[in-house]
Amino acid sequence: MEDTFDSAEYLNMELMRFTTAGSVDDGKSTLIGRLLYDSKSIYEDQYEAIRKTSEQKGEEYVNLALLTDGLRAEREQGITIDVAYRYFSTPRRKFIIADTPGHIQYTRNMVTGASSANLALILVDARHGVAEQTRRHAIIASLLQIPHVVICVNKMDLVNFDKKVFEDIENDFRKFASKLDVKDVRFIPISALMGDNVVDRSTKTPWYEGPTLLYLLETVHIASDSNHIDCRFPVQYVIRPQSSEYHDYRGYAGRIAGGVFKKGDKVMALPSGFTTRIKSIDTYDGSLNEAFAPMSVTITLEDEIDISRGDMIVRENNLPTSGQDLEVMVCWLTDKPLQLGGKYSIKHTTRNARCVIKEVKYKLNINTLHRNEEDSSIGLNDIARISIRTTTPLFYDSYRRNRNTGSLIIIDEATNVTVGAAMII
Amino acid sequence: MDYNLNHLKELEAESIYVIREVAAEFQNPAILFSGGKDSILLTHLARKAFFPAKIPFPLVHIDTGHNFEETITFRDELVEEIGARLIVGSVQDAINAGRSTEEKGINASRNGLQTLTLLETIEANKIDAAMGGARRDEEKARAKERFFSHRDEFGQWDPKNQRPELWNIFNARKGFGEHFRVFPISNWTELDVWQYIHMEGIKLPNLYFSHKRSVFLRDDVWYAETEFMERKDTEVLVDKIVRFRTIGDATCTGATLSEAGTLEEIIQEVASSRVTERGGRSDDKRSETAMEDRKKAGYF
Repeated sequence: MEDTFDSAEYLNMELMRFTTAGSVDDGKSTLIGRLLYDSKSIYEDQYEAIRKTSEQKGEEYVNLALLTDGLRAEREQGITIDVAYRYFSTPRRKFIIADTPGHIQYTRNMVTGASSANLALILVDARHGVAEQTRRHAIIASLLQIPHVVICVNKMDLVNFDKKVFEDIENDFRKFASKLDVKDVRFIPISALMGDNVVDRSTKTPWYEGPTLLYLLETVHIASDSNHIDCRFPVQYVIRPQSSEYHDYRGYAGRIAGGVFKKGDKVMALPSGFTTRIKSIDTYDGSLNEAFAPMSVTITLEDEIDISRGDMIVRENNLPTSGQDLEVMVCWLTDKPLQLGGKYSIKHTTRNARCVIKEVKYKLNINTLHRNEEDSSIGLNDIARISIRTTTPLFYDSYRRNRNTGSLIIIDEATNVTVGAAMII
Repeated sequence: MDYNLNHLKELEAESIYVIREVAAEFQNPAILFSGGKDSILLTHLARKAFFPAKIPFPLVHIDTGHNFEETITFRDELVEEIGARLIVGSVQDAINAGRSTEEKGINASRNGLQTLTLLETIEANKIDAAMGGARRDEEKARAKERFFSHRDEFGQWDPKNQRPELWNIFNARKGFGEHFRVFPISNWTELDVWQYIHMEGIKLPNLYFSHKRSVFLRDDVWYAETEFMERKDTEVLVDKIVRFRTIGDATCTGATLSEAGTLEEIIQEVASSRVTERGGRSDDKRSETAMEDRKKAGYF
């Protein structure tokens, strides 16, 4: 951050969310610490606190991992248990990092961190190459449709910044990734501990001509990550002011899940199927001529039709799929296994419903991508293709097409815990 | 054309979505209002969320009795302006009734006592979702918080066993006697808050802007002279030009030596500051995991 701060500049900053994943010792927390430290986003009192702790533990370097491992149990065991959110900004962008643990038993956190990310940072230890964890993370990034993936080959200092080591890892990964659904993959040789190619270009990798990690994070194109084609407006809340000034006002509040809505557009309400036109798109700051994802607005309509929470406003000529029988990829998030034939609550956009698990089609081996059709026992961290039937029709798109209208969560009705993350096929 | 929001508008859209989700999913939500900038921001966002209707839930203030006078005046004016209902939970009442006991000694604070009064107020008013202005960048335990954070029937937080939160789909289901804490501005940083306040022209208590005040130094932190704090003989009152970066209970909120008298100057100062805003909070300095320990018990 500059010492002088231009107030006008911040109005042009974009927000970018990324997730980090890596095995226990890949140095993920160190990398985040490095990004925060080198972009001057760590404060003196924070740095002083972790310097003291590192010294007490007899560590050679200031352990930047202590910045993100905030819980008592994490600091005691030296591991990351839960998703931790970290923030930093440069004059170009504000970044939100979902820092997720790498151990096998905490995969559910990785899925959580990945669900809203624009970009995934996957760390590979240069000494060990593409490991089982690397493949697992890449598969999750692909499954959750993270638009951009960056492979950081870390600990290059421990392999003498050898170009061949880096290239072998890149080739290995590309071979594997050809089976995945990831569109944009980049590779960067770094040393998180020493700072090479993180913020500043390393002098030790003259053979590497690509950008530093921070430069890549600042410039990768994210404006087209949202769907601006299919108009989807899940109604969240109905606003009825009950005041003399706004006596007949009836506004449908919600966050646009896809597409661009314009004043005067002919729209259809689901499930009723009634059509009308958009009378106004309102916000506290005034009415708008158009609104797009991910804006939160209030829509009023020309005609009075019965619309409530969970309904969806769409364009007549571009309808979502409407139905009760869904095929989904599910990531199971809890110890108690999935019950075939079991009934669960679900939440999809703003709609609460129930479902029954009809069939387990196959379990996905997330190291090999092998589909095991014989195995229908789905437990913690398993990923499977299942079919469900819902109590009421949902209005949905495939997850590939729209992450907002293509995702749902599965909730255990006895414990109220979120047990499944599902992506509609 | 590129359909693109700047980072402040995107944060605003996210927070409004969360606030509306609370109004839709819960019977009896409330905003925990401290009079600090974050809860003022939260209240502003709630106004936007339901415009042109009023905010459909009350503001709750947990009053330690150790307030800066400006905070209370500001609170009452804001409540009047937006036409909201105000519920006050009083720590002093709890002490008088013998349910709470004052800490002893020179560093005595009512910070810890707030938890009991907060939980009592939540229970008495049957609040099932208490929205707070906590942000994940404030403190390392808060970095692990969910937007919808479940509390058991004792109001406790179980950080090792939190519900995963996926996409923007919030699971609001709970058992009898349980409640949620919801943090709509989780993803804002201190700088975002100031930039947004500037962009929107949101009114704040004067305490945030530099002014002359009688203060004394303790453990490298400047404290305002108040009737609620005892001073040691060595702690001398001096007049300084200060402002507050956070506003909490007067006994644990330190002042910052600062000449920043306008929002532009504050943004400038925050952007170049090398100390966290909670660096002046003695309540966080009691141990390395002070915030986590208090949060587990039901603190804000």
